[in-house]
Amino acid sequence: MHLHKFEKIWLIFGIAMLAVFLGIVGVQAFTQGQTPAGGLEKIDPEKVDVTAPFDDPGVHQIDDDTYEVVIKAMAYGYEPSEIKVPAGKEIIFKLTSKDVIHSFTIPNTKVNMMVVPGQINEKRYTFKEPGTFLILCNEYCGTGHHFMHTEIEVIEQ
Amino acid sequence: MKNNKNPHEADLRGTLISVLVVGVLIAVMWAAVYAMYVAL
Amino acid sequence: MILHSERGPLAGRQTSSAVAGAAAASERKLALWNIGFAYTAFLVGTFCGLIQVFMRNEMIELPAWLDYYQVLTVHGVTLALVYTTFFIYAFLITGMSKALGSFGPKVARWSWIGFFVAAGGTVWATIEILSGRASVLYTFYAPLKASGWFYVSLALLIVGTWIISFALIAHYVKWRKANAGVLSPLFAFMTISTLTMWIIACLGVVAAVVFMYIPWAFGWVETINVGLSRTLFWFFGHPLVYFWLLPAYMAWYLVIPKLVGTKVFSDSLARLSFLLFILFSIPVGLHHQLTEPGVAEFWKFLQVTLTFMVVIPTLMTAFSLFATFEISGRQKGAKGLLGWFGKLPWNDIRFTSLFIAMVFFIPGGAGGIINTSFQLNEMVHNTLWVVGHFHITVGTPVAMTFMGISFWLIPYLTGRTLTKTTKKLAFVQIISWSVGMLFMSTAQHVLGLLGAPRRTQHSNYSDHPTVLGWFDGFFSNTATLALGGIILFFSAMLLMVIVFRLWLIDPRSEEGDFYAEFPVAESDASATPMWLENWWIWIGIAVALILLAYTFPITHMIQDAPPGSKGFINW
Repeated sequence: MHLHKFEKIWLIFGIAMLAVFLGIVGVQAFTQGQTPAGGLEKIDPEKVDVTAPFDDPGVHQIDDDTYEVVIKAMAYGYEPSEIKVPAGKEIIFKLTSKDVIHSFTIPNTKVNMMVVPGQINEKRYTFKEPGTFLILCNEYCGTGHHFMHTEIEVIEQ
Repeated sequence: MKNNKNPHEADLRGTLISVLVVGVLIAVMWAAVYAMYVAL
Repeated sequence: MILHSERGPLAGRQTSSAVAGAAAASERKLALWNIGFAYTAFLVGTFCGLIQVFMRNEMIELPAWLDYYQVLTVHGVTLALVYTTFFIYAFLITGMSKALGSFGPKVARWSWIGFFVAAGGTVWATIEILSGRASVLYTFYAPLKASGWFYVSLALLIVGTWIISFALIAHYVKWRKANAGVLSPLFAFMTISTLTMWIIACLGVVAAVVFMYIPWAFGWVETINVGLSRTLFWFFGHPLVYFWLLPAYMAWYLVIPKLVGTKVFSDSLARLSFLLFILFSIPVGLHHQLTEPGVAEFWKFLQVTLTFMVVIPTLMTAFSLFATFEISGRQKGAKGLLGWFGKLPWNDIRFTSLFIAMVFFIPGGAGGIINTSFQLNEMVHNTLWVVGHFHITVGTPVAMTFMGISFWLIPYLTGRTLTKTTKKLAFVQIISWSVGMLFMSTAQHVLGLLGAPRRTQHSNYSDHPTVLGWFDGFFSNTATLALGGIILFFSAMLLMVIVFRLWLIDPRSEEGDFYAEFPVAESDASATPMWLENWWIWIGIAVALILLAYTFPITHMIQDAPPGSKGFINW
């Protein structure tokens, strides 16, 4: 097997480029905690309403700079449907589903989470500006899928 | 086979330029989306 | 080490085979049945596509017995699964018959059986979807529960493809035994690589359907492990896209050099790139599950890294293709750095279609790298961006390559010729597809970045301002998406006319007709090492990589599983 000199140059360039992409996202993810939504906690999908923290859904302040937002997703909505959080503070979204797979997606932010029954998904995000953001489900969940949405109000702190 | 038709000795300057342009296009697209992500 | 085959493999077979490199009549018939089935699906699927773009713009309303999601499911199944799969087998059957000689009676019989099993499964699945028993989209994520027979019909489709695959493999094994110590023709090698990858990949979805979905849907067990079912699906789902892509690569590696009048750039590198696809296309499925719980970050990132590896054979392919163009152009007297570009056979529709297909794969591939870039996936996951992405990967590079193949494969099989009129129609068809796709996919990419969801019927989301941004501007506009879709539908109908002409109307070809041949370039395998064709080495490494990437996540999902989910029928 023989590689043309120019093909060597191209492969070195291409592989270096891929390594740089991977390096950038890897370093950003694991040193700054900028990982996509995830989590290993589980829950009985039949008993969501009586299992902590989903027995008390809503916004909870954890400390001065951190808020926890616990939300249950179901066809075709979110509970609670009114969510108000401060800008500039870290928000920890915790979601699970009472029925099928949904998503919890806030366009124009980094919040785009799959909501899977039996599991708890978690995402940390800090809103930079106040405003009213749209929340929608972008994973097909049935004939009413396109009606599944709500809003989150981000207020000045 | 070692005659002058051997592609390993062919003049491939145009090929190198072309693939590098493709590579740069990929890098630009990636960097643009990365910049948008960081700005969110 | 024995490094060579004396004869250029394809040329060698042509002189030593009684059929002189032409596919035998029985294989032609089988290939035509596959193509006919593929284009029937294409007709149904593109019509569903048109309905969707109208609905996204609220231009039409469906009758009560049909909803958007059924139309969407049929669109995805008929185009992404049926058109591709049946066309691929038509191409592989014809090429294997040409490259290795005509099929024996057993290979022929099993290929037919495989075709009818796969076709039967497909028709059955379509009936289940249209009758409203399976509005689960073609990813059929649990715990949405379709009728048990839907999953049985899907299993039949897969089993059918396995039967044809093993028949083709048997044909190859027989040839290897009769030609010991010789590398197989490149077409056969690439076919076997593609089928090997396909058979391994299907193990995931077969396990999920047979052991999880079917017992659950028929009520033999009450619940299903949702996370595990998704992971097994994506074990299959990602290599599925390479199953579409590799036959297109075969045309790029083998047909293109023939059309530009040169040889395959490097036989050994062509083989190596296909082997790398066997290794790296499978242990990467978790990059479809980056934003979900149940998998530790380390394992997600490991599979992201492996996904980056699968870019490398494509980088190799890009170089080979440009080198083929440049060598051909310089042989024709091109001067300067880029003079060879003008020497390419632009008025040959078989070439131009494949060239445009490749050009679309540049942003398509770049988008793929973005999708798999770990946290960047949050920007695009389940948005219209992804829809744009697969329309400029499978929807154009793959589909347009299959169109370009159709322009000579159908005449080759029916013994007709591509007339001047048909050729003109073909140019209009290819160009209109390109223009339509440019509008549609660019709009989809932009709308996706603006957060517009995929797989979602039009909704104004209580008139939230974010939604207004999806109907404003040029490319950030759902209307532009629809415009592209309408042009694409026109192009698709034109393609049906072309297929019809090539099949039934155009005149019989004459001896030596340029447009009625199966163009396969010579490939000089004299410097290609034999170990490249030792399949057990490559299957062994592929299995090792799969075990590395999946053992821990899957074991975790089984041993540490949450209580399962009952089924839901939300339609």
